[in-house]
Amino acid sequence: MSQSVLLQAIVYLAAGVVFVPIAKRLGLGSVLGYLLAGMVIGPDGLGLVGDEGQDVMHVAEFGVVIMLFLIGLELEPDLLWKLRVPIVGLGGLQVVLTTVVVWGLAMLTGLPWQAALAVGMILAMSSTAIVLQTMNEKGLMQAASGQSTFSVLLFQDIAVIPILAILPLLATYPVADPAEGGAHDSLMAGLPGWLQTLAVLGAVLAVVMLGRFVMRPVFRVIAGTGLREVFIASALLLVGGVALLMESVGLSPALGAFVSGVVLANSEYKHELESDIDPFRGLLLGLFFISVGSSIDFGLIQENPLLVVGVVLGMMTLKAIVLAMLGRRFKLSTDQNLIFSLALSQVGEFAFVLLSFSLQNGILDTRTVGLLTAAVALSMALTPIVFLVNEKLLLPRIGTTAQDKKASDQFSASNPVIVAGFGRYGNIVGRFLRANGIGTTVLDFDSDRVDILRKIGIKVYYGDASRYDLLKSAGAEEAKVIIIALDSPEKSLELVETIKKHFPHLQILVRARDRDDAYEFMDAGIDHVYRETLDSSLRTGVDAMRLLGLRAYHAERSARLFRKHDEEALTELAAVRHDQKQYFSTARRRIRDLEQLISSDETDRWLREVEEGWDAESLRREANQQGY
Amino acid sequence: MASVLIQFAHPALEKSRVNQRLLEAASGLPLVTINDLYELYPDFDIDIDREQDLLLRHDYILLQHPMYWYSAPAILKQWIDLTLEHGWAYGRQGNALAGKKMMNVLTTGGRQEAYQEAGYNRFTVRQFLAPFEQTAQLCKMTYLPPFVVHGTHRITEEGIVESLQQYRTLLERLTANEIDPNHAIQFAYANDLLTEKQSL
Repeated sequence: MSQSVLLQAIVYLAAGVVFVPIAKRLGLGSVLGYLLAGMVIGPDGLGLVGDEGQDVMHVAEFGVVIMLFLIGLELEPDLLWKLRVPIVGLGGLQVVLTTVVVWGLAMLTGLPWQAALAVGMILAMSSTAIVLQTMNEKGLMQAASGQSTFSVLLFQDIAVIPILAILPLLATYPVADPAEGGAHDSLMAGLPGWLQTLAVLGAVLAVVMLGRFVMRPVFRVIAGTGLREVFIASALLLVGGVALLMESVGLSPALGAFVSGVVLANSEYKHELESDIDPFRGLLLGLFFISVGSSIDFGLIQENPLLVVGVVLGMMTLKAIVLAMLGRRFKLSTDQNLIFSLALSQVGEFAFVLLSFSLQNGILDTRTVGLLTAAVALSMALTPIVFLVNEKLLLPRIGTTAQDKKASDQFSASNPVIVAGFGRYGNIVGRFLRANGIGTTVLDFDSDRVDILRKIGIKVYYGDASRYDLLKSAGAEEAKVIIIALDSPEKSLELVETIKKHFPHLQILVRARDRDDAYEFMDAGIDHVYRETLDSSLRTGVDAMRLLGLRAYHAERSARLFRKHDEEALTELAAVRHDQKQYFSTARRRIRDLEQLISSDETDRWLREVEEGWDAESLRREANQQGY
Repeated sequence: MASVLIQFAHPALEKSRVNQRLLEAASGLPLVTINDLYELYPDFDIDIDREQDLLLRHDYILLQHPMYWYSAPAILKQWIDLTLEHGWAYGRQGNALAGKKMMNVLTTGGRQEAYQEAGYNRFTVRQFLAPFEQTAQLCKMTYLPPFVVHGTHRITEEGIVESLQQYRTLLERLTANEIDPNHAIQFAYANDLLTEKQSL
């Protein structure tokens, strides 16, 4: 038995290790890699795994639970409040409208209304994993399309919880395996209704109390022992325990995990929890996607190829149309709306969870679930291609063009400076240089912003700044300096690589969000790295000193000397960092770095430097001794 | 052979007509180091260690600057305030600079006639430079007469070229140890010293 478990584990791991990097290389994303791996090892592929795929899926569903815990952990009340209109409006309408339309269409095909409604809700979901990853990689998160996409995905993530609660009510088919599928009423079946309600409320309350009052002291004690694995174990224990508690009162384990995540979102252990649990989420979700892949019924697709293709294209078109209508209603520009509606047109990983849940609870029959699973997987596989088609074929024709055709004559002279990214950082640098009469060319990926900048008369190129052809047409060959002010460090590094390869004469100045980013850029061989918060933090400190009554010049000078000292410390830490990288998690390393920095602040010679100059104490002493 | 350090101070070199040229004339000479203070310390935070180290490594310290309000641009004063520390440059134990030579190299808008007791500015250049002279004295250095380019408001190209040649000659002879400090201190200007030698 144990041997076969080991063998299975090896098959799954090997499949993942082989296919995920390949899929990533091809630009398809890791989710598709896992699905592909599943298809290859599944019964219709090499047949390395058989029916136990279902059991594996149950284990792997815990990955979904952890994912919701992490989503909860990430939900900052401020962000939610800021995005309340798009979340509830855009997200809510998207889910409701898509559900209703699909519901109607599904009933036309002859499904009972309950099953049709379930299909509607399931197909309303999009893929958080794929979409967020892709948008991040393309640096679109700050654009209007990114914000809208995020809002919709967030609403969908939250909507999963009520959907999981509603689905059991829609059961029409006999439950296949009562012991398994009917888990939600196993413990509570004998109780009267009011007691059941009470138990549910009690359980939710217990989770909140646990998170608020119990877990923080517990984490504190455990963190105090310094045993990392115990901390990880306790975090997993918390998620698992909450999931079990929820299941036993008939609620979704995912809901429980989500709630406990939200409760812990403000705790000081948030980042530690995130970095410790994240690998488990990744692994288990990977396993989940593999098992989904292996459960795709190729026989079904072969029998009805037209049906499957029709369903895939039909549902993607339908979703995109609904999204585009909403995007227009919520005043997205054509470009942004195109990105937004196509980005969310696929059906996402939650659909797999909901589909397998529906099958277990007798809401949908095996055939429908099989067909939809295949269709969902295919729609996810198409997503990177849809992005590509949009970027290469649709946007250049419909929306903001890469180069400003009208103004191109006017700006034929090339500028010495290129600013990549004209967001909250780049716009200050760019404005400063322009105000000094220094010619700047801007590269930006946000079509709304590009349109405005062009109206003002700034030379702007629209598109992915790391593309060779865009850089070339923006005059990278004649320019002297490029300022990289992109939001995403990955994108910035990509751009650095392109520049070093094709335009080695360009001097690079790069914006880093924090110390960790700065290290990355220093490793990439860039001398001019600017941490975006350093100067304003120091100015805050200067003003604090002045408010306390210290002289302005002393405060200003101290800040400048401190910055110099801090830059030196950064360089030193960058050199020793490689030795530590392997041993510490990111969160731990940050804390350790901070420790080293603070101790260097006290001992270093920079403090002496602040005291040097003007009215030396030693002069007064000598004068007193000599009597002059 | 002797080494020369030029402490250069000009807050708006891009507008300068003579100092820029003087600096060009001085650059590239063997044994001459140019230290451009406004370029190095735009925030006035002089790196004291670096500056003291530079001083130690040179025999002649030349302060090259335009004359602003009968003195030097602000950063040169900041440099003196911070670099010439008590106990290092002066005071009982401050002997680091002992035996070195210091000199001003300056440009003035007004002509030489204006810098006389009966003239427009009522004092001579040497009188205005008294603080520098005493600073050198306090630091146990020998103060040499200044090299002055007068009348830059109306200077002709020929006048500039002539000054450049003189400045270059001065630097060459300083580095070659051809100038005897004891002889040099008799002159009001270093310019006179050079013309005297040439006329011999």
